[in-house]
Amino acid sequence: MSSEARLKIRTGMRSTFFTMLLLSTTVINAADVTAFTGARVMPVSGPVIEAGVLVVRDGKIEAVGASKDVVIPPGAEQIDASGKTIIPGLICTHSHIGMGGGGDSSGPIQPECWTLDSVNVRAASLERARAGGLTLVNQMPGSGHLISGRTTYLKLRRGGTVDELLIKDSTGWPMGGLKMANGTNSQRSSPFPGTRAKSAALVRESYVKAQEYRDKIARAEDDPEKMPERNLRMEALVEAIEGKRIVHHHTHRHDDILTVLRLRDEFGFQVVLHHVSDAWKVVDEIAAAKAPCSIIVIDSPGGKLEARDIRLENGVVLEKAGVNVAFHTDDFITDSRLFLRSAALGVRAGMSREGALRALTLSGAEMLGLEKRTGSLVPGKDADFVILSGDPMSVYTQVLETWVEGIRVFDRSDPEQRLYAVGGRGAGDDQAYHCCGERGGQ
Amino acid sequence: MMNHRMLIVICLLVVISDVGCAGHSVKEVTVPKVDGLIAIRGAVVHTMARQEDGSWAAPIANGVVLVRDGKVVAVGPADSVEIPDGVTVLEAEVVTPGLIDAHSVVGLAGWLNYDHDQDQIERSAPMQPELDAFDAYNVREPLIDWVRSLGVTTLHTGHAPGQLISGQTFVVKTRGDNVDEAVLKPKMMVACTLGSAGYGREGKSPGSRAKQMAMLRQEFIHVRGYLDKVSAAQADPEKDPPARDLRKEALGRVLSGEAPLMISAHSSVDIQNALRLQKELQIRLVLEGGAECYDHIEALLEQKVPVIIHPTMMRASGAGKNASMETAGKLVAAGVSVALGSGYESYVPKTRVVLWEAAIACAYGCPFADALGLITASAAQLLGISDRVGSLEVGKDGDMALFDGDPFEYTTHCIGTVIDGNVVSDLVR
Repeated sequence: MSSEARLKIRTGMRSTFFTMLLLSTTVINAADVTAFTGARVMPVSGPVIEAGVLVVRDGKIEAVGASKDVVIPPGAEQIDASGKTIIPGLICTHSHIGMGGGGDSSGPIQPECWTLDSVNVRAASLERARAGGLTLVNQMPGSGHLISGRTTYLKLRRGGTVDELLIKDSTGWPMGGLKMANGTNSQRSSPFPGTRAKSAALVRESYVKAQEYRDKIARAEDDPEKMPERNLRMEALVEAIEGKRIVHHHTHRHDDILTVLRLRDEFGFQVVLHHVSDAWKVVDEIAAAKAPCSIIVIDSPGGKLEARDIRLENGVVLEKAGVNVAFHTDDFITDSRLFLRSAALGVRAGMSREGALRALTLSGAEMLGLEKRTGSLVPGKDADFVILSGDPMSVYTQVLETWVEGIRVFDRSDPEQRLYAVGGRGAGDDQAYHCCGERGGQ
Repeated sequence: MMNHRMLIVICLLVVISDVGCAGHSVKEVTVPKVDGLIAIRGAVVHTMARQEDGSWAAPIANGVVLVRDGKVVAVGPADSVEIPDGVTVLEAEVVTPGLIDAHSVVGLAGWLNYDHDQDQIERSAPMQPELDAFDAYNVREPLIDWVRSLGVTTLHTGHAPGQLISGQTFVVKTRGDNVDEAVLKPKMMVACTLGSAGYGREGKSPGSRAKQMAMLRQEFIHVRGYLDKVSAAQADPEKDPPARDLRKEALGRVLSGEAPLMISAHSSVDIQNALRLQKELQIRLVLEGGAECYDHIEALLEQKVPVIIHPTMMRASGAGKNASMETAGKLVAAGVSVALGSGYESYVPKTRVVLWEAAIACAYGCPFADALGLITASAAQLLGISDRVGSLEVGKDGDMALFDGDPFEYTTHCIGTVIDGNVVSDLVR
């Protein structure tokens, strides 16, 4: 091929790229009202609707119901979803997609760190999550610290910057939780703790300081002379004890689980228990404490000693005890593309199908404090949903499309996006690259 | 191991609902035992036998498999197989041959991430083919119980990927109280790793792909010389044989064609190196892993290289970042000899379950029978053990997995596992 011809192709690719950008903007503006018809709709917050209708306006759900009950607004774009199943967008309460990290190895308590500052939203793992039907993740730092940092709630909108994926509270502040951990992961050489009692003591000490910091601010009564210097570490902990930031707590062993609940009661933070491998041993205590559990499903028991006794039955045991239970991927411990599978294996172990689907959606929203915005198909909530080829609990079911706030962010019929769903040459690259010749991005 | 188990489980097919035999519908009853005889009845029996034209035999509706003294003596529709009075009958919705995991490290790699439980890799030297899985297999490993309860009756297991040559693999059944009772075929393959996964630690060789290939070539030259000396001594009593060298003996079996070299390689460049080595040395090569082998299907066919494909759900990272859930289906369609292994994970899960991996292969384009074949008959054929296991045919071992529905569905349970006509698992999992 002549260099001239190569140049043409390259220029052609670039202009196609810009055209695509323009087109997508046009689509966003044009599709004000869309009605999905004929699908089996599983709203999670209500009974299954056969041949249902889902109406979306300006990114919000306007109506959900049987075709006889829902009037499709005039001028709405109609999408025939007959034979397909629509469920709420999947919510992962514990994910490491984009590899956002928290604290470094300088110490065990670093709540001043924030995954927002480290997550790569252009990572292939985000594409895979969209391909798996995920619409919202809690982007967590690791478990190698007692307090490793602030987590970030990310809506999996299409966007090349983290700001485009953030969820803001009423003051415009990005929403997220606080990651804590106990057990063996955070026990390391000094200055990290070496025992469980030391771990709890260090956490206790930090929260006592946070209480004092909070009281000092209160006593200052907005007098700048009396106000302490801003302390980012303390601010995150104060948000936790004031209930403004949910604590997402990694914990495995039965006694570690109870330690989390003890610290919660001492300092009054709101907590979600994560992994909870020994949940089946202390289910009564968890239920009495009304502590929500975000659990993981892995294909065989074992690994760390403290997680050795994990059971597929955790979901069913918690469900039967009336505990609010969600699944998480811990991606890449398990693959976001197969998140539905976690719930199906929960059903295999004895969970109800309704409970298992709720554990992928609304329960997760509740654990992030976002249940008023998302997690079920109800008028007024964000139009976050997934179109499936069939039963959500079947291995043969495919995620066909994923929609976030009324915009399609994954479409299996598009070969480039399908690549992320099934894998293959180029699927592992964080972004298609647009340099280096005609094989670029393949 | 299970000989003490005198209670026989019968899953009554009174109610086959979504949860099938979960909990309530499994009964334990004592049945008068006719010596050495057991019958397994399935609403559907997948024999995984091949017809003359090579296609899969159709599943048998309402089928019966009769096992005497550990061997299948009859298989067919219920009305064609006479079950003698008093024989224990196990019933299930679906019966398949016992599942085969074509490449595992279970038994060497234990369920706990601590040194005493992790015997799958020895890092004192880059090439140690003298290490024999036979000497490292822990028959009482809990992960063996786990996979057995999910229908796995045969494991090809051994040293893990991670060293240039990590050791010799062998084939076991998931039975027995000691390794001698478990073994089905000793000294199966010699395990080799290409690519960065096989680099030495702390600056030790090999530290590059070119070095790996150079080391292997040089080693096989030494082995050739050793074999020549052995044959020269055999032919001429005047000549002394060389001092015995266990390492060269093990690799000599590769050069003589007795054992294949199983090369674990994922990226395209490493797969090309493996294929080049096969041509240079004219050895039997089995490609293991093969995340990017979809780029080399023609060469695999031309060089008749079978592939033990990576678990379908392997992590999409590192050398496996371009792995595809469709690869198994593509290889089968192209006519490559292919089986499925649970592979090796250094963190968790401590073992993958081949049943669930084949299920995903099926959901991603591999036809049902071919996907089941990846973990039964095709795996047996690839491993050279199809005279014993992999299909339910007269004369073969009475190894079976029993299910309360489509084995590949997430919500179906494995309700029993049978080896040599003995019930080795009666859990509902």
